[in-house]
Amino acid sequence: MLYFILRRLLYLVPVWVGISLVAFLLTNLTPGDPARLALQRELGRQPTTEETAAAREQMGLNDPAPVRYVNWLGDALTGDLGTSYRTGTPVLESLAERFPNTLQIAGIGLLLAIVIAIPLGVLAAVYRQGAVDHFSRIFALLGASMPSYWIAYLLILLFSVRLGVLPVAGSQTWQHAVMPALTLGIGGSASLMRLTRSETLETLNQDYIRTARAKGLRSPAVLTRHALRNTMIPISTVLGMRFAGMLGGAVIVETIFSWPGIGKLMVDAIFDRDYPMIQGFVLFMGTAFLLINLVVDLGYGLIDPRIRLARS
Amino acid sequence: MIQTTSSAPLAGAILSGSDERLGDAWRPKRFTALRAVFQDRSAVLGLAILVLVTLVAVFARFIAPYDPAALDPTANLAPPSSEHWLGTDNLGRDLFSRLVYGSRWTLGAASLAAAGIVLLGVTIGMLAGYFGGIIDDLLMRLVDVLLAFPSIVLALAIVGMLGPSLTNVLIGMVAVWWVDYARVVRGLTLRVVQNDYVLSAHCCGCGHRRMVLHHVLPNVIPSVIVLATLELGSLMLAISGLSFLGLGAQPPTPEWGTMLNDGRLFFLNAPQLMMYPGIAITLVVLGCNLLGDGLRDALDPRY
Repeated sequence: MLYFILRRLLYLVPVWVGISLVAFLLTNLTPGDPARLALQRELGRQPTTEETAAAREQMGLNDPAPVRYVNWLGDALTGDLGTSYRTGTPVLESLAERFPNTLQIAGIGLLLAIVIAIPLGVLAAVYRQGAVDHFSRIFALLGASMPSYWIAYLLILLFSVRLGVLPVAGSQTWQHAVMPALTLGIGGSASLMRLTRSETLETLNQDYIRTARAKGLRSPAVLTRHALRNTMIPISTVLGMRFAGMLGGAVIVETIFSWPGIGKLMVDAIFDRDYPMIQGFVLFMGTAFLLINLVVDLGYGLIDPRIRLARS
Repeated sequence: MIQTTSSAPLAGAILSGSDERLGDAWRPKRFTALRAVFQDRSAVLGLAILVLVTLVAVFARFIAPYDPAALDPTANLAPPSSEHWLGTDNLGRDLFSRLVYGSRWTLGAASLAAAGIVLLGVTIGMLAGYFGGIIDDLLMRLVDVLLAFPSIVLALAIVGMLGPSLTNVLIGMVAVWWVDYARVVRGLTLRVVQNDYVLSAHCCGCGHRRMVLHHVLPNVIPSVIVLATLELGSLMLAISGLSFLGLGAQPPTPEWGTMLNDGRLFFLNAPQLMMYPGIAITLVVLGCNLLGDGLRDALDPRY
């Protein structure tokens, strides 16, 4: 197991360097001179050529790109992702402050997706071609086809306008988290359910299930003790990807519900042309996803010895 | 050239499939597969939806009763009536006409993005798979890095840096979404180049370009078509999502995501402004998903 963990950790290094390169190169996409833009914001007027040249020198923009990358990487590794153009606060601080809010709705969303998708998927597989299977198919198709922002507005229409039980936007109480999480959960449950169904179907066709039935075990025991455990292995990896997807999808949902997470921070940064914030967001999210994948892989290795013993 | 008329099942099946499955996969069964698609009622429904919406987009000028940008200040936020079938928006523009013209933007943007993605993904995947070695290593490391992000995050950052516009959204999408195709196509290419006919073509003095274009590409295309159909829906959702955030098509463009965004402020008084564009997007994405599922089932009957 130790060997497996070490190998997995080593693999992280090149990918993280790649992620940092992507984040670094992104700034080269900005139209115009970053020094000039920063000065313009600071002074509130067009800077002179001399002022811009001095700022370029001070910001190290005259160095060759590899030097700038190494300097930037050094700063990033020590927790300095620059300061936001908009608020003047350190980028990492803003991201770290908002991240728990995003984790909260994505976490509840994932939980909702599991609660909806896994029982429905298993039932659809067990009663294949039955009523539950047909319902699950329609649910999955609609869930995968409806835009999340539209689901969000349908939820607002139902829960806030018609029934008046949930607040529309904000983050003061726990009720505020319900609709953002539900929006993420509905979108995530559609594909999760189809996967649960197909995996369960595949497991139920295995020889060891026939053996279990042949030795006289009743259906519920076969299902829970033999089939479900094996079905859960592939599903657990997909859960990690779903969670990462929900963190990404939170951008739209947070904007609709004015939920103060990092997705909303990012959208605000885009409209304010807050380039250090956008760059910091990419590095931060890239790192977060890498860590989520690491946890999932390690967990996967823990459940399934075949994975940790494979030496490919 | 019998191989060029054969059809491969979904790439995933090939990548994970056993050798017997692969042996099956290269038989010329495209027509059987097509027949299977046409026997699948939901796939036919999906195809019908897509054909219908494409026709609407092409003949928008003859279908829409009004100019999508024509203002009618006397009929702001009018409810549906015989004059305005689906009502009007806050500036008095006819909602039905805007939806009809919007199909051009939504379908057109998704198709353009898909074309760019397929072109880039197939080229990179074939290069990596065909030449192998250091080219393969470098390209696949790039794929690993891009796969470390959920696609929408990186696309969003690229749009953020370039500035909001539909063109930049398309650039962002193509720059990020090609990785799936590159991986699948690389895997398929690796399988194809092991075939005897590739060796024999090589022995006959066939050059790299001819080999890739005449022997590898035709074997890769069927799987790419399935993948593209399956992904067209999610592409459409992503593009209209970015437009909804105000980062893609800008008002007064009648793109469906932009229309939903425009309708946000009025959705309490005039919920139709959000309802109909939402239904339109859902319907088209549903069409893509139904057809994609049908194609996959026909070519890969495991599920």
